Amino acid sequence: MAQMTSFTLTVNGKRQTVVAHPDTPLLWVLREHLKITGTKYGCGVGQCGACTVHIDGKAEFSCLRPIASLGSARVTTIEGLSNSSDHPLQKAWIAEETPQCGYCQSGQIMRAAALLKDNPHPTREQIIAHMKPNICRCGSYRRIIAAIERAASGA
Amino acid sequence: MRAVVREPLPRREFLRKGGGLALAVTLGPDLLFRVVDARACEDGLIMNAWVHIRPDNTIGIMCPTTEMGQGIMTSLPLMLAEELDADWAMVEVDQAPAAKDYINPGYFGVQGVGGSNSTRGYWMIMRLAGAQARKILIHNAAQYWGVPVAECTTAASRVVHAASKRELSYGEISVFSEVVNNPPVVTEKDLKPREQWRLIGRDVRRVDVPAKVNGSAQYGIDVQIPGMLYASLARSPIANTPHPLYGTGAENGPLSFDDSEAMKIQGVVKVVQLDHAVAVLGTDYWATVKAKRVLKVEWRRGELASKYDSESKKIEWAALARDRSKGGRTVGNTGEFATAFTQAKQTLSAEYLTDHVHHACMEPFNATAWVRGSEVDVWVPTQGQTWAQQVCAKITGVPADDIRINTTFVGGGYGAKTEQLMTAEAVTLSKMMNKPVKVMWSREDDVKHGVYRPLTAQRMDAAIAADGKVTGWSHRLVADSVLVRARKVVWDQNPGLDGSVAVGMLQPYGVPNKHHEYVHQLGGVPVGYWNAVGNGFTIFAVESFMDEVAAKTGRDPLQLRIDLMTDPRGRQVLETLRKACDWDGRRTPDRALGVAYNHGGAWNCQIAEAVEVSVDRVSGAIKVHKIWAVADPGTAIQPKHLRQQLETGIIWGLSAGLREQIAIKGGEVQQSNFYDYPVPRIDEIPDIDIRLVEGAHGHVSGAGQIGVAPVAPAIANAVYRLTGVRLRELPMLPARVTLAMKARAERTV
Repeated sequence: MAQMTSFTLTVNGKRQTVVAHPDTPLLWVLREHLKITGTKYGCGVGQCGACTVHIDGKAEFSCLRPIASLGSARVTTIEGLSNSSDHPLQKAWIAEETPQCGYCQSGQIMRAAALLKDNPHPTREQIIAHMKPNICRCGSYRRIIAAIERAASGA
Repeated sequence: MRAVVREPLPRREFLRKGGGLALAVTLGPDLLFRVVDARACEDGLIMNAWVHIRPDNTIGIMCPTTEMGQGIMTSLPLMLAEELDADWAMVEVDQAPAAKDYINPGYFGVQGVGGSNSTRGYWMIMRLAGAQARKILIHNAAQYWGVPVAECTTAASRVVHAASKRELSYGEISVFSEVVNNPPVVTEKDLKPREQWRLIGRDVRRVDVPAKVNGSAQYGIDVQIPGMLYASLARSPIANTPHPLYGTGAENGPLSFDDSEAMKIQGVVKVVQLDHAVAVLGTDYWATVKAKRVLKVEWRRGELASKYDSESKKIEWAALARDRSKGGRTVGNTGEFATAFTQAKQTLSAEYLTDHVHHACMEPFNATAWVRGSEVDVWVPTQGQTWAQQVCAKITGVPADDIRINTTFVGGGYGAKTEQLMTAEAVTLSKMMNKPVKVMWSREDDVKHGVYRPLTAQRMDAAIAADGKVTGWSHRLVADSVLVRARKVVWDQNPGLDGSVAVGMLQPYGVPNKHHEYVHQLGGVPVGYWNAVGNGFTIFAVESFMDEVAAKTGRDPLQLRIDLMTDPRGRQVLETLRKACDWDGRRTPDRALGVAYNHGGAWNCQIAEAVEVSVDRVSGAIKVHKIWAVADPGTAIQPKHLRQQLETGIIWGLSAGLREQIAIKGGEVQQSNFYDYPVPRIDEIPDIDIRLVEGAHGHVSGAGQIGVAPVAPAIANAVYRLTGVRLRELPMLPARVTLAMKARAERTV
């Protein structure tokens, strides 16, 4: 019988313990065990990026990371990106009114945040190459680019 | 202003919070909307208030319909705020509950969102409610001061008596407002002339955006009810998406199942057989997913669906489209096409085929239900509150009006979330288990059990006189119907005709003899409302064929459209587009422009689009470099949102034109997820130039879907001008392009 086990993980700076099947993707631990629901399910196979979070500072698909593989890794979700929605990207996303349905935008912002951390002044080509894993079905892409450029320019 | 996204509260709390004045509005027997009840909140409960003026000067305004990215949560309350003369900065928007008071008279008479009907449907209601509320506030202030009502005016959220230099804020007035029984009816004549608009037509910030950048926006999939069970459903290999008001899906449902392995997984509670699926219920979501994978199910294979093959269906239906003895329902015919055809100097015919396409909303279907006796609560990202109520009533026996539908944000709707199967699943399982149940569809469930845009075959014929004039035009469309499956009650009133499928066949080109005919065929696989529905394929045929006629008669395709255009608005968008895209300018030899137009019919929004393309002649891949769109939406409530909507439509049109395809074999959908149903990514978006011309007609329109349809024919027309190859099948996959190029090369040898 497939059994659940206890895991301890660090999410947004807080240590949390959950009881889950070892192969449970981090996505579902965040959403259904910890009720941190800003990170979204879109495909379950690393195709859409709606589930993007930071694991030890790197943008990753949380749908592809089993809880058992996390060890002592530190997880940051959209809820932990800033204290009061004041990360430069969040401010730029509001200024550009990037979201439409908004469902994919947590993942978009988290992926963009990883880019700006490593490369504070990306070219448009670098932005496009970096953001390619994330789908927006509403097609807000041109405003995603505009928002990243705005945040990078410090506007 | 902000969107109030709170845990579902009983309405009583909304109304009692802080006292104040609340107004309810309803449709009177004279078909005029009027305030039926206005009172201080402490006096008692007003169910379903539209506007609530609070002593702290905040003003709560209900959004009667669903926010799914179209900005409606901003633009509808803004209409009310305009006539109320409210200070927009103090407005808080609330999501309305499901109730008859919030129906959209322009949308099947239900509360729901679809067909680009919200702006048009609520345009008068919202403004009349605002004007009525303003009158009541003025009346109360005048009485308080003892001055004539006629001497009072309003400024942002204030009543002003200029003569005595006194003013009261709406919040102050709300404290002493009296109950007003039968307040005077306001009519269209009481509304502000457009020169006095402070809000309509000027961009404000969207109220839903802040919650969408920090993870706090609540979508259906985010709902958490303490003690709830999760459900994952094993679904038929055959596309099986019954509409729960009219079907069960049992014809493709489970015969038997073996859950011996599934039940060994910790966290699984029970496995139950439904008509259309087998549900695994558990206390842990991932446990239900694992159990679903090891569940063994024997399935029925429905007579009709199991014979459905999309490739052969196109050929079969093309033969029907060609065969004039197979009659259907005609729409908007003029003159006598048969005569024009026999008298023609020359004739032209072409056949167009389009595949199924799928919504692939980023948020897959989901619903959470809690049935406890006659108490039924459902949390669902829905485009159809009334239909959700009807479905729950059918399953539980509780009257529809008593079903509480809690509308969340919708993570992509595009028509798909008018469907109610997820609602039915959650309610059925909650009733069965006596617990709250959350049903979440996997992406594979979503792709394999969607409600696809109908597959079509279309036959076009033109009669051309000796002077080159087009004297006859015939358009025969063969397709399944969405109505017959999802709105059967509407279909039964007028069987054989489906306006959402035939939409776009009628275009205002001045051809004296026109024939449009829809021939319905029942396919047996689920078809539904996909962004713009029929417009996506009818406009492909109409606007491609218009270019074929231009080529046949040696005319410039844009000039031919302008010359034939009978609607001045159409002429204006075409002429504006001509300049915008530099139609008459020179291009490099590897690129060409194509054009297409869409009248929009009842949407009352017209659009013309041009695309610039190049073609990789080895791979057959079409590259779209730039898209120009010129739209006449009439009055744009929020021009920026409108442009976003047009851009979304254009990107959908691009994707459906070039790539999106659901292939069905033996009733089974061949695609599963984004790896084999690719949708546009960030590196595939061309430059898009959108211009708005505001027609003098001043009406509001539905602009949500208008941009979709012209993209594909514009691309096909551009490819023709570049290569001489005519593409008549959607999507224009590289393999189809190379095949068409090869066929043309063989013909010309």
